[in-house]
Formats: sequence, C-alpha cells, structure tokens
Amino acid sequence: MRIKRIIRPNEVPIDGAIDLHLIENVVAKYKGKKEGLIALLQEVQTVYTYLPKPALEFIESELNYTLGELYAVATFYAQFKLKPSGKYSIKVCKGTACHVQNVNAVMDEMIDYLKIEDGETTPDGKYTLESVSCLGCCSLAPAMMIGEETFGKLTGESAVTYIKNFEP
Amino acid sequence: MIQLTINNKKISAAPGSTILEAAKQNGIIIPSLCYMEGVHKFGSCRICSVEVEGARTLQIACMAEVREGMVVHTNSKKVQKTRKVLYELMLSDHSKNCLSCVRNQSCELQKLGDILGVGENRFDTGSAREQLDISPSITRDLSKCIFCRRCVTACKGIQGIGILDAQNRGFDSVIAPAMDRPINSAKCAFCGQCTVVCPVGALKETDHIERVWEAINNPEIRVVMQPAPAVRVALGEMFGYPVGTSVTGQMAAAMRALGVDDVFDTNWAADLTIMEEGTEFLHRAIDALSGKKAVLPLVSSCSPGWIKYIESYFPQLIPNLSSCKSPHMMLGALAKSYYAESIDVAPEKMYTVSIMPCTAKKFEAGREEMVNNGVPNVDAVLTTRELGQMIKQAGIDFRSLKEEQFDDPLGQSTGAADIFGVTGGVMEAAIRTVYVIITGRELPFEGLHVAPIVGLDQIKEATLKLENVLPDYKMFEGFEVKVAVTSGLAGAKILMDQIMAGTSPYHFIEVMGCPSGCICGGGQPRSEDPDVRTKRLKALYSEDESKVLRQSHLNPSIAAVYKDFLGKPCGHKSHELLHTHYVDRSSENE
Repeated sequence: MRIKRIIRPNEVPIDGAIDLHLIENVVAKYKGKKEGLIALLQEVQTVYTYLPKPALEFIESELNYTLGELYAVATFYAQFKLKPSGKYSIKVCKGTACHVQNVNAVMDEMIDYLKIEDGETTPDGKYTLESVSCLGCCSLAPAMMIGEETFGKLTGESAVTYIKNFEP
Repeated sequence: MIQLTINNKKISAAPGSTILEAAKQNGIIIPSLCYMEGVHKFGSCRICSVEVEGARTLQIACMAEVREGMVVHTNSKKVQKTRKVLYELMLSDHSKNCLSCVRNQSCELQKLGDILGVGENRFDTGSAREQLDISPSITRDLSKCIFCRRCVTACKGIQGIGILDAQNRGFDSVIAPAMDRPINSAKCAFCGQCTVVCPVGALKETDHIERVWEAINNPEIRVVMQPAPAVRVALGEMFGYPVGTSVTGQMAAAMRALGVDDVFDTNWAADLTIMEEGTEFLHRAIDALSGKKAVLPLVSSCSPGWIKYIESYFPQLIPNLSSCKSPHMMLGALAKSYYAESIDVAPEKMYTVSIMPCTAKKFEAGREEMVNNGVPNVDAVLTTRELGQMIKQAGIDFRSLKEEQFDDPLGQSTGAADIFGVTGGVMEAAIRTVYVIITGRELPFEGLHVAPIVGLDQIKEATLKLENVLPDYKMFEGFEVKVAVTSGLAGAKILMDQIMAGTSPYHFIEVMGCPSGCICGGGQPRSEDPDVRTKRLKALYSEDESKVLRQSHLNPSIAAVYKDFLGKPCGHKSHELLHTHYVDRSSENE
C-alpha cells in the first residue's frame, strides 16, 4: 500500500561545502527579534537536512546568540539533527498499535538488510533509519515512512522489498 | 511596605523583594544552593522551596516575590521532606569522592547536606558523566556538576561571552561549550569567573601545586616566587581574616617559609611596566601629533584573559594592544637574565613561580612567546587559592607569622604598583608617571588620584589637559589626553566595538578581564561577602597611600635596572625581554 505525500522542497546534496547563501534570507527575517529561535533552526534544517556547524556560526555572527546557546537548543530537541541525514529517512513507527503488531521484528529485518543501526545513515548517504513515536496511521500498523511516502501492514519481507524498490 | 507572615512571624518587606530576601532580613534563613546574592537568581536547584498558603505548589523563595497578606512556612514537614528528596536526587549522580575533592570542606553542596540532615543516599545511580576536561587554565570535572548554572551566568550574563551553556537533554545533559567540546577549543578567555562561582568541585583552576613542590624540594633548583598586587588583599580571607585585610608582610614570610629561595614582588615589575607602557604611549602619541602613522588608542595588555579575548574576538585590534608583557612575565624574564647573571645561576636552574589572582595567567605562562634564551619566563602560576592551600599543606601557622619584607633587587615597589590590582589602577599609575615626564610637575590631584577613574563602574573615562609642558614635549602643549577604563569583558566589548566603528574618542584604554579588576579575579578566594569588591579595592588604595614613593619612575631599583642592564625604556634589551606579540585566534573554534 503506497500513499503519496507532498514532496519535500529544496533537496540539498549532502556532500560538498555548506552554501550559506541559502539561509541568508531566512536568518535576515529573525534579525532584531528575541524569540523564534526554534522556528529559525527548523527553517535552517529544512534547507540542509541538518544543522551544519558553519550555519550555526553564521547565525551566531548575524544574530544575538552565542554558539553555546544555539547548540543548547539544537541538542535539547530530538527534532534537530547535527549530522547530515540520508537523502531519504525511513521512519519506523514504534507507537502502541505498531508495537503490538510486532514492528520490532520488521525493524530487525530492515537493520539486517541496510546493515545500519537505528539512527544511522547508510554509507551511500541514501537512507537514514529512525524509529519514531507514532506516525498517526494506526489502522495501517505496522507502518513506516520512506521520505514522504507511507507504507503499512508491513512484514519484514515487504518492508525490505519497499526499500529495494523505492523511487520517489 | 508589604505585610506578610513567615513562620507565624508578622514581617514587612519592600515591594519587589523575594521571600528569601524578606526572610533573611528578618533573621529567618531559608536553605539555598544555586542562588548567589547579586549574581545568580535562576531557581534551578529548588532547594529554597517554601510552602505558601493558597498556592497550588511549593514556591521557590529565591524567585517568588512577596505579596500583601502572604502566609509562608519555610520549615513545614512538607518543605523539609521536599528539600531532602531534592538533595538526594542531586546526590544520585554526583561523584561522591568528597574526601579527595579540592572543595572538601569548602563545598556548598556538602554544607547544605549538613544543614538538611540528610542521613542516607537512597537513589545512588553512579555518576552519569565521568568527563574530566583539563585545559591550561581551567579544569572541568563534570561528574561533580549539579546544574546550578552559576557558571553560565558568569560566562554569558556577566562576561558576555557565553562559552558555557546547558547542552543535550536528560541524563546526557552537561554544562559545556557548544558541541560538548573541551573548553580549550572554544574561544574561552580563561578568566576563571566560572571557577569563583562554582559551588562544588566541577570548575576549578588547573593544578600547579605539585610541580611547585617538586621544584622547591629539588636542591638543584633556585625557586623564585612573586605575588601579584591583588593577592595581598585577599589571601588573608583563607586564614579567617575579614574581607579587605592586607597581609603583605605575612604573605612574604609565608612564601619564605615554604622554602622559596627568592621572594620577589610582581609589584616591582608593575613599576617597570609603567615605565615601558608609559614610554610606548608617549612614542605613539608623539607620532600621532607629528602627523606620522600611529595606532591609537593604545590598549593595556596586563590582563591575559583580556588578551585571549581580544585575540579570539577582535583580532583586527591587535595592533592597538601594548606590546608590553604582563608584569609577572617581565619579572620572570629579568629574574632569569639580570638577576640570574648577578648571582651566577644558570637560567635553566631557576624556577619562577607567580602567585596570581588569575586563572588566565596559567595559560599565559605556557604561551610560546613567553620564552627568552630557551627558558620560559614563568614556570608555574598558582592562584591565590592555591597559595593558601600550599601554606596549609606546609603546616605554616599563617596568623602567627611576623611580617617580612620582599627580597632585593626585584622586590621594592611604589604605591603606583599596588593599584595595578584594581580597575583604573594601571591607568592612574601610568598617568602619574607620564604627566611628570611631559610637564616636569606632579599630577595636581588630591592624593595623586585621578578621581573619575577610581571606583567600580563598568566604564570610566577621564580627560587630562596638558599645559606648560617641558620644551622636549612642546607638541603636547594644550593637548587633551582622553582615557577610558573598563573591567570585565562585557565592558571591553563596548569599547572595542567603538574602535571598530571608528567612534572611539580615546587615546589610551585600560582593560582588565574580570569585573572590578584583579581584586575579583578568577583565582581569588571565593567570598560570600556581597561587598567584597569595595573592601578589597579600599585595601589596595590604602596600600598605595601608605607608601612613601607613589610614582613608578621614582622607584630606585627600577632606575638601577635601567642603568645597569636594560638601558632605556622601550630600548633594544627591553624589546627583547619585556615586550611580546600576539596571535589571531579567531578561527580557534575547533
């Protein structure tokens, strides 16, 4: 079962230097404001898929934050990532419904196939595997998302097949 | 005034005051931990929780303001139980090797346990953080951190740097530089203000005591010791003297009793610094007045925390810095040349120890620029606290010591040198001498004090008009010298931003890295007295006023070193031994 979701904007290649021009406008919006740091970091993360150090240093130099403060927020919230994610994230639901439908066994098969642990990225930079609390589609349990697409009623075998055949 | 009841006692308190303050003024002590009067009010430890009738939850007394008709219980069963549990939770992942901790018996957490009467340790989970971060100046032991965040306030709120902050979440939380990196790689100025406010053993100076004992106990080595001006007005606090007691003579006696061979005085080198830095200012001012290229304002360079800050954050302004080494470095350089030659000791066999109110001086001593003839100018730097520790270790009864003098030839000093230890002091000392050089007359101020730059304000300024100058200095006739003085890095940033913007009206700026100057430096004894700054300041000014000679150029042993060894101020030999250069550290964030 495949459900098409909105395509993520601004796909940025993981490799290569960080182009700070991409966030100039974003950061400029927050100049002189005291609030909105989380929203700013979210926008920056959308651009790069994670929070690269040069980007945080750029924010430090442009706005009234210290690097320590920026990392304090970035490391507190699970939503912020400090390492580049894979091009597509595989979000495996570990919510109650998926749990009772044995999602752990599904996860184990994916770990075996991808040869990475939960939270890690494949060496080719294509996938990041992560478990999440609830995707909100309990009727499809056990469920996962690859990129912006959702897959449900998984078995270990079908999950691996979906990964093998995944093209956005 | 607001009327309220605390523990059935009717009291009145000023509007806006907290329950904690109101209670204290009425003789009721509420136990607290993270709160630090006048410094840190954050409410992170919650130990000062009290019961307020009608409130849904316990209130924290250090944050909650008094209200009309409030009824507070500071010692109810519920409060007692809560405090104990809070304390036990703090202990749950605190490293409990108290007996081998530098803060044993001076630890605020330990004291609190005594007050609360906690008899067991129910939630021992072992230490979550076993990290030890040893930098040249500051050592962080994260297994002892209790997350009071006083250091964050000192670093971000007071000094305006913000190296330290809370990182990560839950059991992974640490108070650390960005990305949880070692402090040595985070553009830390090493001012050590965090080590003064830390209630436990999590932040402290990096130990130099062992290496100094080794040198003292080695008969082959000649140990030279020198204390900074501010040490003499604070060391006494470690031996029960009231804050603001000057113990100069006993300190000299104690250093001798430790087994040190030569007891010199950094004050001597402070006089020398005035000769060098005053001359450097004259040269730059003369160049500027005669239309030549000159970098002004000249900015003082005695404070190594300040130096590391400007190197890291304002590298473009390095040309403004005086090239003078800080006074203890000058003394070290001359001890291992001028003095070593005179007593026929090889410089390699001499070990120079500085007693400093400062943690940044430890880093400074390790700088590669601070080396002459292959030997470091200063081999070890002890903080005032460490010297006190050594005196105790050696079994010296400090309070019964008779006053003694410093040794010649690097021991005599003038009053101008004493005030080097307080904000405004270096500038005042420089003005006293430079004014005489230009006009041939003494400074026409009462008590030789440049009143506008005396005191503890963050930024102070003064203008001095030069009239009836000596013929050699006629370019200064009618010239108005504008000077500024600041202490603490937040104030320094304001003055440096002015220079960057091209709006700085000053010719000479004195910066000390710590608020109030060295008297409240990062290596000074921790004090609970809220008036500690004023008291130590007064003590230093009375040291100055008690001296017969109060202007650096009148110091006979300074005149002798120029005559016999250095030649003239800012001459060839001075440049080799007493001056230095600086490095751009703006990219050292790795």
